[in-house]
Amino acid sequence: MSAERKEFILTLEGVNKTFDGFKAISDLNFYMDDGELRVIIGPNGAGKSTMLDLVTGRTQPDAGKIEFGKNTDLTRLNEYQISRLGVGRKFQTPSVYIGHTVFENLLLSLKGPRSVFSSLFHRITPKERQRIEEVLAIVGLTERGQWKAGALSHGQKQWLEIGMLLAQDPRLLLVDEPAAGMTDEETFKTGQLLLSLEGKHSIVVIEHDMTFVRQIARKVTVLHQGSVLCEGNVDQVQNDEKVIEVYLGRKHEPKRHL
Amino acid sequence: MRSGVTTAEKWVLAICALMLVLIIPSLNAFTPEGFFHVSDFSINLYGKYLCYAILAISVDMLWGYTGLLSLGQALFFALGGYMFGMYLMRMIGSLGQYHQPIPDFLVFLGWHNLPPFWRPFSSFSFALMMAFVLPGLVALIFGYLAFRSRIRGVYFSILTQALTYAACLLFFRNNLFMGGNNGFTDFKFLLGYDLRSPATQRALYMVTAVTLVLIFLGCRWLTRTKFGLLQQAIRDSENRVLFSGYAAGNYKLFIFVLCALIAAIGGTLYVPQVGIINPSEMAPEKSLEAVVWVAVGGRGTLIGPIIGAVVVNALKSWTTRAFPDIWLLFLGALFVLVTAFMPKGIVGLPEQFRGLAKRLKAKPLPPPAPHQTPCAEPSQSNPDQHFAKTK
Repeated sequence: MSAERKEFILTLEGVNKTFDGFKAISDLNFYMDDGELRVIIGPNGAGKSTMLDLVTGRTQPDAGKIEFGKNTDLTRLNEYQISRLGVGRKFQTPSVYIGHTVFENLLLSLKGPRSVFSSLFHRITPKERQRIEEVLAIVGLTERGQWKAGALSHGQKQWLEIGMLLAQDPRLLLVDEPAAGMTDEETFKTGQLLLSLEGKHSIVVIEHDMTFVRQIARKVTVLHQGSVLCEGNVDQVQNDEKVIEVYLGRKHEPKRHL
Repeated sequence: MRSGVTTAEKWVLAICALMLVLIIPSLNAFTPEGFFHVSDFSINLYGKYLCYAILAISVDMLWGYTGLLSLGQALFFALGGYMFGMYLMRMIGSLGQYHQPIPDFLVFLGWHNLPPFWRPFSSFSFALMMAFVLPGLVALIFGYLAFRSRIRGVYFSILTQALTYAACLLFFRNNLFMGGNNGFTDFKFLLGYDLRSPATQRALYMVTAVTLVLIFLGCRWLTRTKFGLLQQAIRDSENRVLFSGYAAGNYKLFIFVLCALIAAIGGTLYVPQVGIINPSEMAPEKSLEAVVWVAVGGRGTLIGPIIGAVVVNALKSWTTRAFPDIWLLFLGALFVLVTAFMPKGIVGLPEQFRGLAKRLKAKPLPPPAPHQTPCAEPSQSNPDQHFAKTK
């Protein structure tokens, strides 16, 4: 596959990352089309979260290329610079501002100026209010706008965080285990939510739960020991011998969340 | 928390402010000796408490609102005090013990002339400016380095403590020409007014009270802006802030410098009222004491630090007189008790009692009602559990 042929939203080529001698990412190549919904699976320690850390600037690769869109090198930028380019990330454990209301959580996430000075004299505009209402509706928290985020259930916090990403209006959404710790019903709703965003944003979802993966997956990438083991649709992946060996073969183990 | 302020509470606050600013000084100036009279000694003491209250606000804006536990606020307080103290030293003129035109400690060290850096401090406005510039600069440089390196949590606390300790040792040295371990004292005049006269002290008290009220109002405004929301967002989830595109370090640097300036204002007002400034004011335990005031009063509120500073210091004044040996034990016990039983401090007590009363009342009733009330007010205890239970 050649990077020149097509415009990718996200390109990783020959990426390596070692932590204290442990090779978390090894020669990883990953390409993703604009507007795609991609699911990444892989056993624990396969490097899924590290890959997100590398893309979002939380850590820097030892070697390799990470590009966003056309020719934007992400390896030299830090978290907030990358975020401002239009890359939103949802963490594995919900990180929302528990002391603030749901509405305020979204207000702080809205796309807009980010400087200290502008925050001192910011006044909420009708347009912002409207956008927040829209996002509240998308993530199904319209009734909860004035609740403290800390009072939400676990699943609702996850949705709020997805809503916070949407408020940033990113081109690329990176979602780390959104269904972790959710009930089956909540998991299904989360799947529907992500599917409804397909096409408007490019989305990467990391997930363990195969039912959930089957619900949302178009194209699945399997990571193993820091590099791509195989790529394809769910059936292809599930019937791939290598995958069965390293991952699905152990599917009867108790499912691990978080 | 923003919607929580009722008109009634506003009135209470306004009355308290009026009491501080006008009524206490009037009782000092106009009433005869008797029950209502506030003595010169007392008003001087209250002025000191209010300076501490300003320091406490600066601790709380960092710790309670931004999650940055600075153990170095006393440094900025003392630096402000020292800068202004230099002016007060110059105003002694030749009235010192040695009747020389330079401060006594310099004569004692064998100097005949003023070191060059002392010269501009004969000007009130220069000294006042330096009382802001020096602490602000120290905070700016230290904060820039610390936040750029992403120093967080307990490491930040330790570093701030190390900074204040280092400064403390530095100021103990005679060759810094800042008075060594005796510091500055024996002040005589401020802008031509005699510091020993009750009227001057009363005026200083009033300036302190007005300043405290203004700082309170300013911080109240700040915590309600989007900046204030971000401050608390950094406290609750700094990563989320960072990954939402905010340079969290710049926000922390801004509030850190601002709080250094607030502390410096407290120190500037403190020195002419207490009449002495020495390196022990920047000793690490001074900063720790300020943290205890905030914890006792109620952190994460603006009125809490004021109440805490006044109550703990009043207690200190009493204990150090009644049982001079056990003050530190007392302070430690207070801190332990407050953290264990009053997590929200004095300000949180009414709420705690309400919760207790509710629980006692609710005992005979059957298990919780199925309906969750929209929660502007409930679930301060543990929101997660609360929700899980009713679900």
